[in-house]
Formats: sequence, structure tokens, C-alpha cells
Amino acid sequence: MTTADQESLIIRRGSPWWRMLIRDRFALIAALWLLILTLCFLFGPELFGEAATKLNLRARNLPPGSMEHGWLMYLGGDALGRSMLARLIVAARNTLAIALVAVFAAMIVGGALGMIAGYVGRGIGHVIMRFADILQSFPSLLLAVVVLYVLEPSVGNLIIVLAITRLPIYLRVTRAEVLEIRERVFVDAARALGGSRYHILRRHIAPVVAPTLLTILTVDFSIVMLAESSLSFLGIGIQPPEITWGLMVAQGRNYLSQAWWLAFFPGLAIMMATLSGNILSNWLRVVSDPEQRWRLEAPGDSTPRKSAGKNDV
Amino acid sequence: MAHFLGRRALHSAIALIGLILAVFFLVRLTGDPTDLYLPIDASLETRKEFAHKHGFDRPSTEQFFVFLKDVSKGDLGYSLRKQRPAMELVLEAYPTTLALAGVAMVLSITLAVIVGAIAAYKPGGVFDRISSIASLAGASAPDFWVAITGILLFAVTLRWLPTSGTGDLPYWILPIGVLMLRPFGLMVQVVRAAMLGALSSAYVKTARAKGVGETAVIFVHALRNACLSVVTVAGDLTVGLINGAVIIETVFGWPGVGKLMIDSVIQRDFPTVQATIMVTATAIFLLNVLIDLLYVALDPRIRHQ
Repeated sequence: MTTADQESLIIRRGSPWWRMLIRDRFALIAALWLLILTLCFLFGPELFGEAATKLNLRARNLPPGSMEHGWLMYLGGDALGRSMLARLIVAARNTLAIALVAVFAAMIVGGALGMIAGYVGRGIGHVIMRFADILQSFPSLLLAVVVLYVLEPSVGNLIIVLAITRLPIYLRVTRAEVLEIRERVFVDAARALGGSRYHILRRHIAPVVAPTLLTILTVDFSIVMLAESSLSFLGIGIQPPEITWGLMVAQGRNYLSQAWWLAFFPGLAIMMATLSGNILSNWLRVVSDPEQRWRLEAPGDSTPRKSAGKNDV
Repeated sequence: MAHFLGRRALHSAIALIGLILAVFFLVRLTGDPTDLYLPIDASLETRKEFAHKHGFDRPSTEQFFVFLKDVSKGDLGYSLRKQRPAMELVLEAYPTTLALAGVAMVLSITLAVIVGAIAAYKPGGVFDRISSIASLAGASAPDFWVAITGILLFAVTLRWLPTSGTGDLPYWILPIGVLMLRPFGLMVQVVRAAMLGALSSAYVKTARAKGVGETAVIFVHALRNACLSVVTVAGDLTVGLINGAVIIETVFGWPGVGKLMIDSVIQRDFPTVQATIMVTATAIFLLNVLIDLLYVALDPRIRHQ
């Protein structure tokens, strides 16, 4: 065993992930924020659904920062006097759910296609890779616009479109990993023992690829959330009366000069969610990479022991 | 080298042809194409006449060859909205988008290379930390929201800049600034990672041992190699810039391709949508070939293969 391996073993035993999370202030704040969003996602519409649709004509276009109409009006009211805060909390479910389902769908389908492309054969592999080329070489937003033009803009179609535009990344990464893994001894052993292709892919290759895909998923979550918001903002994503943060920005844009908060807060919510996602995924990458892990272990020490010039997707 | 370029060009060409096929079939898979081309309230006679005129009543294989013939001639139908050839509209809108995306691209790459190189010089230092937070924020910000907030702050409240439209320099500041955010954020991270790798490599140690000055080490030895990674992501970056341009043009009312596309989608003008896709795909195809050429020029390892 090399010294680097021993070192990472000691480190792994020495500090559990949560202690390293607490030590990194930004990652901690990001994680807490995502936790709050998860709570909004789980319970928001049930708890605040009523408050988000209740009209209060006295609070029409109420500026933020006053507790006069109760704490729900702290972030102001919209043109119909509905509580901004309650609407934001309720919209969290749609916004997060669409992004989550889309990334998971992209990961599963892209992963499966990538495993086929990497393991099964050159012929099918080439076809799949050219398919990925087509998807990747065209702006995803334009692609989504076209598909949503031909299909109807509904939640289901929106998720399908977003998932398709994210497919190539999972596909490429999986294929590259599979090409390497399939040459390893344990795969040879499984093959020699008479394991079928399906069995080998599912039991021996998929578990090795999965952690990489999950890391990409955390980055992708932010990207997909931004894409959904953009589409909803352009008016071809989520359609009212359903709401997402992106749609709320679009609706608030019409009142920009009278009530700036209508467009500002939903956008801020998007930004804070995507930023938290990005910070946390950066942290995850450092934690899971033994070459970079020392950065979190020894906060005072800033001289790199080894080059860490890794390019990611 | 010729082999590398040939294979890359072939792959890009396959992608382009695939996209053209996809457009053709996407229109027909969903049922009657006249539904797509015509407004929802078109009468039955209009529909029949339209279907006959465009050959939708003929067998689909025949339609496909007619379609290919038209595409090769650059004929992509008439815009239903403007009663002019769709291709003309697209070509008219292109210079605006190219200027917008081009300036944003050049500025963001230049800035990102400078910031990324300085950040990588002292990893963990103050500048590195500030730039990494800034680049993360830039990459995470929803561009349409930044655009709106920018209009609110600089145009509505402070009255320093115009709210929208095209013209001389002041009209460019907000759109370019917003469009640069995401590519800049992503590029800083790429350049920083590449520079970290380059600075700790053997050839940089050799250069230092030879007594080469620090400035030359950074800008001549390390940065030149780090630039390769910039070129690698340049293609994806441009594709991303076009996404951004769609939003920016819509928010700021610029008469570019993105706005043309969104307007055409909302007003159900399919020939124009189709022409936009074709021209954009061709432009991206050419760009990919260009990037490969640049890659060969920068990386001697490929040149001597």
C-alpha cells in the first residue's frame, strides 16, 4: 500500500463528513439552505397553500419590510395582494421537483445508454455517441423551445425536454468509465464465470460508475433549475395557474417600475438555490477526491502537496 | 493530424445531418404538419390548400426528398408572419447575435484567463478565494433575473443606461455584462484548474531552474498550455452563449436570432423556427471545425501525430 492510500484511510477514519462540513463555513450555509428548501418542498404547499392564494386587497403591491399585515407579508404583496413569502414557499415544490425529476431521469437514461455504448459494441456505441453529439452541439434552450413548440408546454413535457438536453453528459461520462472498468480483473472474472452482459453491467459495472454520476448530478441540478426558470420566464415552460420561481420573475417583470420586489425575490430564490447547489457540489468533489481532501483537513495549510489540475465536465 | 481533423469534421457533419433529419421528422411525428404551420383558427379550406401547396398530401418519402432539395438550395419556406422568405429574416437577424455573442465571448475569455491565472498563482490566497466565490456566483445567477435587476438599478433608478434597444456604447453595456456572467464564471474555474496543473509541472520547474523570470514563466510557459483547456471548452461555451443570447435579446429587445426564434415560436411561425434551427446548427458546425483547427495549432502533440 502506498503512503497516499494509508493517509487517506487515516483521514477517512479520523474525520466524519459532517465534521468537515461544519469546518467549511460556505458549505455549511449551503447545506442548511438546501435543508430549508427541502422542508418547503415537502410541506410548503400544505402549510402555506391557502395563504399563497388568499387575496388581500389592502396589501396590494405592499412593499417589503413591514410586519403590518403579519409576517407572511414581510417580503411584500403582489398585484392581487397575495403574500410574496407564501407564494415563494409554495412555488419551491414545482421548481425543485421539476429539476430533481429531470436530472434523475437524465442520469438513469444517460447512464444506461452510456453503459450500452461502452460495453456492448462498437456499432451501437457509435450510433449512441453520434446521438449525443447532436444533442450536445445544439443550444439546449433552442432545442427545448422547439420541442415545447411541437408538444404542449406541460409539466411532463418540460421534464422530458430538460432531461433530454442533459443526457449527453451522463452518457459520455458513463461510457468513458465503462471503457476503463470493463478491462479490470473483476469484470474478466465475472465473464469467465459465465455472467451475462446484463448481469455484469448491473452487478459489477453500475456500482462503480454510480458515485461519479451522483457527483455530476449535484452540479446538473443547478443547471437544470436555471434552464427550467429560463423556459418558464420565456413563457414556454410552466403555465399559470401552476407557479415556479422562473414564472414568478416573468410575471413580476410587468410591474418592474412600480413593484420591484415581485421580480426580485423569486430571482433571488433561484440564485440562492443554484449557488447552494454549486457550493455543496464543489465541496463534495473535494471531499471525494483524495488528492484534494487535505484542503479541508488542514485549513491553515495552503501549500499544495500535489498538483490538483483536474478538469471536470 | 489530417486523420484527427477528418474524423472530427465527420462527426460534426453527422450531427448536423442528424439534426436536419430530426427537424423533418419532429414536424411529422406529431401528426398533421399543417397544425404546426398554420394558426390554430385556420379554416378547413386554408388547411387543404396549404397542405397541397407544400406537398403534405404526398407520400412522406417523396416529401423528404423535396425537403432535402429545398434545404440544399437554402429554401426554407416563407415566414407566415412577415410574408418573406424565412431565410432572409434569419440572415438579417444574425449579425446582431454574432456581435453580441462575439464581444461577450472575447471579453469573458480574456478576463477569465487573467483572473484564473492570478488565482492559481497563489491557491488559497485572498484573491483566489474572492475569485472562486465570484465565479461560482456568476455561474449560478439566472441571467434573465440579473438582466431585469440591472435594468431596474442602472436604467430605471439611476438612469445611467438605456433600458433596452440597440445603439451606441451605452446600449451594449448591460446586455454584454449580463451575457458574460456565466461563461466568465465557468471559464475562471477551468483556467484556474488548468493553471494549477501547469504551474506544478516539470517544464515550469525547468524554466524556473533555467532562471526564466516569473512573468515569462506564467504567461509564456504555463498559460500557453492552460489555454488548451480553454479551447476545449470553447465549443460548449459558445453553445451556452447562444442560450444566453436568446434570453438577453428577449429582455433587451435586440433584433437577433434568439428574439426571432422566441417570437416565431409564440406566433406559431414554423418555417422561421425551422430556418433558425438550420442556420444555427450550420454555424455551430463551422465553429466546431474552427475550434479543432485552433486546437491543432495550439497543441503540437496533435500536429505531429
